[in-house]
Amino acid sequence: MMKYLDEFRDPALAAALVDKIRGRSTRPVRIMEFCGTHTVSIFKHGIRELLPPTIGMLSGPGCPVCVTGNGDLDWAIALASEPEVIVTTFGDMLRVPGSRSSLEKAKAEGADVRMVYSTLDALQIAKDNPDHPVVFLGIGFETTAPTIAASILQAEAEGVDNYYILSMHKLTPPATRAILNSGESSLDGIVGPGHVTTVIGSQAWEFLPRDYGLSCVIAGFEPLDILQGIYTLVDSIESEEPRVDNVYSRSVRPEGNQVALEHMYRVFEVCAADWRGMGRVPASGLKLRQRYRHFDARERFEVDPGPSLEAPGCLCGDVIRGVRTPPECGLYRKVCTPHHPVGPCMVSSEGTCAAYYLYAGEQRS
Amino acid sequence: MCVAVPLRVKSITDLRAEVEMGGVSRVVSLDLTPEAQVGDYVIVHAGYAIGILDEEEARETLEIFRQISDLMEADDEIP
Repeated sequence: MMKYLDEFRDPALAAALVDKIRGRSTRPVRIMEFCGTHTVSIFKHGIRELLPPTIGMLSGPGCPVCVTGNGDLDWAIALASEPEVIVTTFGDMLRVPGSRSSLEKAKAEGADVRMVYSTLDALQIAKDNPDHPVVFLGIGFETTAPTIAASILQAEAEGVDNYYILSMHKLTPPATRAILNSGESSLDGIVGPGHVTTVIGSQAWEFLPRDYGLSCVIAGFEPLDILQGIYTLVDSIESEEPRVDNVYSRSVRPEGNQVALEHMYRVFEVCAADWRGMGRVPASGLKLRQRYRHFDARERFEVDPGPSLEAPGCLCGDVIRGVRTPPECGLYRKVCTPHHPVGPCMVSSEGTCAAYYLYAGEQRS
Repeated sequence: MCVAVPLRVKSITDLRAEVEMGGVSRVVSLDLTPEAQVGDYVIVHAGYAIGILDEEEARETLEIFRQISDLMEADDEIP
C-alpha cells in the first residue's frame, strides 16, 4: 500500500462524493482543470463519466511540454546537433515534433541527447564530462523551476562551469489571466494545480475571485481529492460566492513554500514568454538573472534553428486554451496518434490529446 | 506537469534524504525543504522535495470523506 495515495482512492468514498456533487449541481457549469496531471487523473479514473451532465470539464494549458513553442524547441534541437554539446532533458520532450525534427531524431542522427529525471542527474553528467558543455532543457512551471534554480546554486557552489540551462519555464497565474482576458472560453470555475500551488501558495490565486469573480479550488490528484475539489467548486458557484478553496491542505498552505520561492526568484526573473497557442504572454516566463547569466545556454551558444513552422491542421494551440477538444481536430486518431504524434498534446504523457486517446476512446468531445 | 509523490524520509545527510516508496530507496534533495525531518513524508518532484506533507491535515481530510460517506448512506436509508 502507498501511504497517502491509496487511502485517497477508496471507491466507496468516491461514490458518496459523486452523490454529493449530483445533489448540489443544478445548473450547467464549465470548469477548467488547469493542470495536465489533473487531466490525466480525471480521465484515468473515469471521473468525467461520473459527473452529472450539468458539469462540463475543460483541460487547460497545464502541460509544460505542450505549451513550449516550436521556436524554443527548434533552438534546443539545433543546439543538440552542435558537436561536443550534451543536452539533458525530461523524457517528455524527446519525441515532441519541432518544425522539422525532434530531439529523438537528432539523437538518432548522432546528437548527444540524454533523458534525466532530475537536474541532479544533469549536474552529475556535467561533472562526469568536464570537457563538454552540458545543457539542461528547463521546462516546467513553478513546481519545477525551483529545482532548476537549486541546481544552478549547487553548480556555482561546487564550481561546475560546464553546466547550462535553456530556460523555458512558465508561470501559471499569468497564463490563467491570459486565457480569461481572451474571453474565448467562458468559464465558471477553475481547478487549480496542486503541486504548483504547493510552491506558490493558495493566496496566489486570490486574483480569480477578486478580479474575475471566478471560484477556484486547489485540489490534489487522487480521485477523492478531485471529486472533493469539484464538489467544493460547484458549491461555491451555486451559492454565487466566488472564493479560493484549498482541499489539498495536506500539501498546500496559503503562503506556499517560501524557501522554494526564494530559490526561484534569486536565480530567475520574470519575463515575457511565448506559449504555444497563446503567443507572447507578458510576465509569464522566467529567465536567468544577470548575476547567473553565465549559466544561460542562450548566452553561451549561437545557433540558428531556422523559421518555426506549425504542423498544418494541428489544433494543439486551441486545445491548450480549452477552446477546442481533441475530437474536433481533423488529425486526431487519424494521422495523429501516440505512435505517430503530430502535435505535442499527443506526445506528452500529460497532453490533453494523449489523455483523450488513451482513455476517452471514441466518446463524446 | 507536476507529478509528485509523498515519500517517507528514512535518513538525512547534508540536505540529501534517503526516501522510500514501495520498498525502493532513492536519494532526493532537501534544498527546497531544509526543515524536513526523518519520518516525515515529503512531496517529491524531479528529484527534489518541494513540500512536507501535513499528516494531521491528511487524516482530517480522510475523516471528512468518511463523514460524507456516512451521511450519504444515512440519506439513502431514509424511507
